[in-house]
Amino acid sequence: MEVATGAGGSKPDVPLVALSGACVHFGAVRALDGVSLTVRPGECVGLIGHNGAGKSTAVNVINGGLTPTDGSVHYAHSPETKGTGVVRARASGIRSVFQELSLCPNLSVLENLRVPHRDLKGIGWRKAAAERIAKALDEVFPGHRIEPGMTVGDLTLAERQMVEIAAGFAGGPSPARLVILDEPTSSLDASIARQLLEHVRRFCAGGGAVIFISHMLGEVFEVASRIDVMKDGKIIASRPASDFTQQGLIDAMGHVASEKTEARVAVESSQRIGDEVLRTSEGLNARKGEIVGLAGLAGHGQAEALARFFMSRSGNLRRVKNPDVAFVAGDRGRDGVMPIWSILRNLTLTHLPSLARRGLVSAEAERKLGADWKQRIGIRTGNLDNLILSLSGGNQQKVLFARALASTAPIVVMDDPMRGVDVGTKQEAYDMIRREAASGRTFLWYSTETDEVCQCDRVFVFRNGRISAELTGGEINEENILAASFQMQGAGA
Amino acid sequence: MADLRLSALLAIPRRPWFWAFAASGLAYFATLSLSDGRGGGELLSAALTFAAFSAIVGIGQMFVITLGPGNVDLSIPATMTLAGTLSLKFMGGLGHLILPGLGVALAVGLAAGAFNYLLIRLLRIPPIIATLSASFLYQSLAIWSNRGLRIKPPEALADFSTGATAGVPNLTIIGILLALASWILLERSLFGRWVSAYGQNTRAARLSGVPVEFVRAATYIASAVLASLTGYLLASFSGGAALNMGAEYLLISIAVVVIGGCSIAGGNSNVPGIWGGALLMFLVVSMLNSYGFGAGVRLIMTGAIIIAIVAAASGKGRSS
Amino acid sequence: MNGKYRILLPVLSLTVLLAAVFYLQPRAMSYFGLNLLFNLAVPIALATIAQMMIMMVNDIDLSVGTFVSFVACVTATFLNDAPLIGVAILLASILAYAAIGALIHIRQLPAIVVTLGMSFVWGGLAVLLLPSPGGAAPDWIRTIMTVKPPFVPMAVVACILIAGLTHLLIMRSATGAILRAVGGNAQAVARSGWSVTKLKAGAYALAGLFGVLAGVCLVGLTTSADANIALRYTLLSIAGVILGGGEFTGGRVSPVGAVIGALTLALAGSFLSFMRLSPDWQIGAQGAILILVLAVRLIFSRRNRKWRTSDNG
Repeated sequence: MEVATGAGGSKPDVPLVALSGACVHFGAVRALDGVSLTVRPGECVGLIGHNGAGKSTAVNVINGGLTPTDGSVHYAHSPETKGTGVVRARASGIRSVFQELSLCPNLSVLENLRVPHRDLKGIGWRKAAAERIAKALDEVFPGHRIEPGMTVGDLTLAERQMVEIAAGFAGGPSPARLVILDEPTSSLDASIARQLLEHVRRFCAGGGAVIFISHMLGEVFEVASRIDVMKDGKIIASRPASDFTQQGLIDAMGHVASEKTEARVAVESSQRIGDEVLRTSEGLNARKGEIVGLAGLAGHGQAEALARFFMSRSGNLRRVKNPDVAFVAGDRGRDGVMPIWSILRNLTLTHLPSLARRGLVSAEAERKLGADWKQRIGIRTGNLDNLILSLSGGNQQKVLFARALASTAPIVVMDDPMRGVDVGTKQEAYDMIRREAASGRTFLWYSTETDEVCQCDRVFVFRNGRISAELTGGEINEENILAASFQMQGAGA
Repeated sequence: MADLRLSALLAIPRRPWFWAFAASGLAYFATLSLSDGRGGGELLSAALTFAAFSAIVGIGQMFVITLGPGNVDLSIPATMTLAGTLSLKFMGGLGHLILPGLGVALAVGLAAGAFNYLLIRLLRIPPIIATLSASFLYQSLAIWSNRGLRIKPPEALADFSTGATAGVPNLTIIGILLALASWILLERSLFGRWVSAYGQNTRAARLSGVPVEFVRAATYIASAVLASLTGYLLASFSGGAALNMGAEYLLISIAVVVIGGCSIAGGNSNVPGIWGGALLMFLVVSMLNSYGFGAGVRLIMTGAIIIAIVAAASGKGRSS
Repeated sequence: MNGKYRILLPVLSLTVLLAAVFYLQPRAMSYFGLNLLFNLAVPIALATIAQMMIMMVNDIDLSVGTFVSFVACVTATFLNDAPLIGVAILLASILAYAAIGALIHIRQLPAIVVTLGMSFVWGGLAVLLLPSPGGAAPDWIRTIMTVKPPFVPMAVVACILIAGLTHLLIMRSATGAILRAVGGNAQAVARSGWSVTKLKAGAYALAGLFGVLAGVCLVGLTTSADANIALRYTLLSIAGVILGGGEFTGGRVSPVGAVIGALTLALAGSFLSFMRLSPDWQIGAQGAILILVLAVRLIFSRRNRKWRTSDNG
């Protein structure tokens, strides 16, 4: 069974999938407002847009998960009438790899393949499944160390992402012709992301097609032959990648990225930073008003170090009113959002003990806090009593920021909060962090994006669960960070 | 202004507890229609009294269930039995020991709740298993301390528990007061927010500064204390503590919580619904009794009604 | 990590308990003794597997006890007097179980409550069939349950068979993998075009099947039935799955562990009577044993847990 060499026999002119005037309405919300999109063999389409622009909806229409309320979807390899959208899409060789992982943690890697590949059954299915996934993993990520028999729950986040991606490219009942990758590198470190990008290029060169969704514009420019920009449910620009610049893309999406103000940061920091406020057993330390970054390859202990620090300084009843530390979650669903609650309740959670008199919450004080922060941090919503899940991802992240910043905690710990967030929200958040630091707050900031880490006053690079380097001021640049992240791996020690 | 009132009125049927009360009303009138409307007062009085027991344990169970999936208190019957047995034994029928007897019962609840919590916390045992195992221990303690003698409650206490004030059974008044207090606690207080946060996403609550262990301990203790209070009152009402007095209350406590509209997924509690569910459970059984159905049919009907109510009112389309 | 070592603890607890029983009562270490000890374990093991099927898809079944009692009543009455009708009733019950599973998924109802309601229904049906203890076991069932294979008593053989077959079905076959996938990530399963409703109904049907087997075996051993004969099976089956290393959510179950868990619990009962414990304390001692085993599990898992360094390969 072929893995990644594409369609094998498709004519380059015939589109693998063609959306024509597709509309998707959820009640009054126009998630897709007349989208016409075609993907031909050999194309790599970069799909760019704000949070809420309609990318996920477009992808779900393409892979058959959603039926458009208007307009049509045509597949090259599947007769019109047979089966549901999902079945037809799969039969046409359309595979999707999403941001939220779709693996079953209780099953092994090879058993997980049973879910998407329905032809794996009967006697000897396990061997066939193991061969398929091993082949795919070797093809996309040479040098990986994942065995088909490993339980997914025991794998790291990066390894799970690798398995998902490999499964997307793996041969199956029908070959993979069009693979949709939605933020595929969000959990991968630089070297593995590179392998993926190279594979995408090979796959498309061999006649396959890829739809590549990412907020990391550098990656998109590396692989995409064509870039489609989405905004408010429509495609507002669709041109070959070479016709775009990074700045041009950002402008097209409607946000103005603020310029890097390195000089200003350097002057500021000497005035704002005071005495030491924290020191952990592994050597992490920070001073008042300082922005301390945690860098290194993803999954090397940064998140654990932050969690350990946070847990050690919180949790008991005495510290609820004046907490030492506040936490900003990066994995919103797992660590942050209270799904049944309104935006207001989510926002006020950490500071709530200060809003209560004799155990009862003061509704007035709560509203005031909410209105105050809605304005300060720019939450885009009509009414703070709406459910938090009605907000876009970026705005939900803002609420989580407000939750932490609204408390009186002098130290704020952030667990890669900008992952998957749109550029405009990121800029607003960076400004907020700098303002807060200027008024004396200390930040511990774990980020998987080197650009963000370079904004910090000091950076601790992690490798294998320990701090391998401490960089200050001018030392903070991509070279030094990568050097400290990679050093030991080549030596085999 | 009239619009607001009207829309508030129209919103009532969409509230989860509405159907429990409506169905209770139907059952009540169906029973009365057999006797041509006679005995309505007695039926209402009995319903209110027995529903009070179910409601009080139901409120305790609701606190625990609101903590989220996997949290159920299976030790409620055993705690009831142990508290009833020990407090009645302590009082020995003496009037001046009524209040200390109540103290003994509540102390039993406190100890049981704390023990349940410690099993869950220190030994990391899933709550279902922890409360189940603990219930075996409490039951044994009750058996051992009872020794077959049937001790009567003090006369004043027995009169109080079977009596009424202004036409309303005393036990019902206690039940309603407790429901009121619980409602305020859950809807308006800081602790109530913490319980809801815990139930929706425990990890996120912890990372947001909610003292999760305190919340969990307080909730399990509250459930056990309410169960022990019910044991004390039930034993006084029935003229003694029987060793199987709590047996049916396990299923009733869970049924009442769900019929009332609390989500087993956690984070969402519903106090008025508890009373609705408690009334419904009693009235359905007495309706079936009046219509002459045997034990078998009664059981089947009870089960069918629980399923029907949950299927209709719960599931998709829950109001927030 | 823990995956492969999970089965060690149930095996260890069973061994320790067995050793303790033999120490207290050396005569139990015989063919006859073993058979007596583990006889009643067979229906409990089957009921535990039934519960495991439900837990595998993230639900819990509070009606196992009454269902097995109901099946026992049907076996002792219809299956004996009018076998065809009896078989039809039992098949219908399995279908009913499947229907409940489908209902729970389609309407997103809490399983704990629906099965609670069903426990009343099965209980009522059992009472209607046998208002007082009675009935008789069909001869062929009696024969199967009292067969005497050489060297190893029937009870042990049966348990090994049950564990082995369900292990093949659930842990090795393609069907088992997709059923467990429902427990692990039902959304992903649905997104791949599977009907989660049908899969859940299938898991519930399997539970019904094993419940039927449990009830039939039980009557084979006790020769008569009554409506309350297996009420304690509900809590026993839950405890058995957990003792065997299974979990309530996430689709992590172990058929072999579940059978071992059931055996441990059955053995605990015998152990207590050998200890000549006052009947007042027997029920409490069962609770204590459960707590003890789980405490040991905790200590074990703490030792096994290594901080996992990331290995991105």
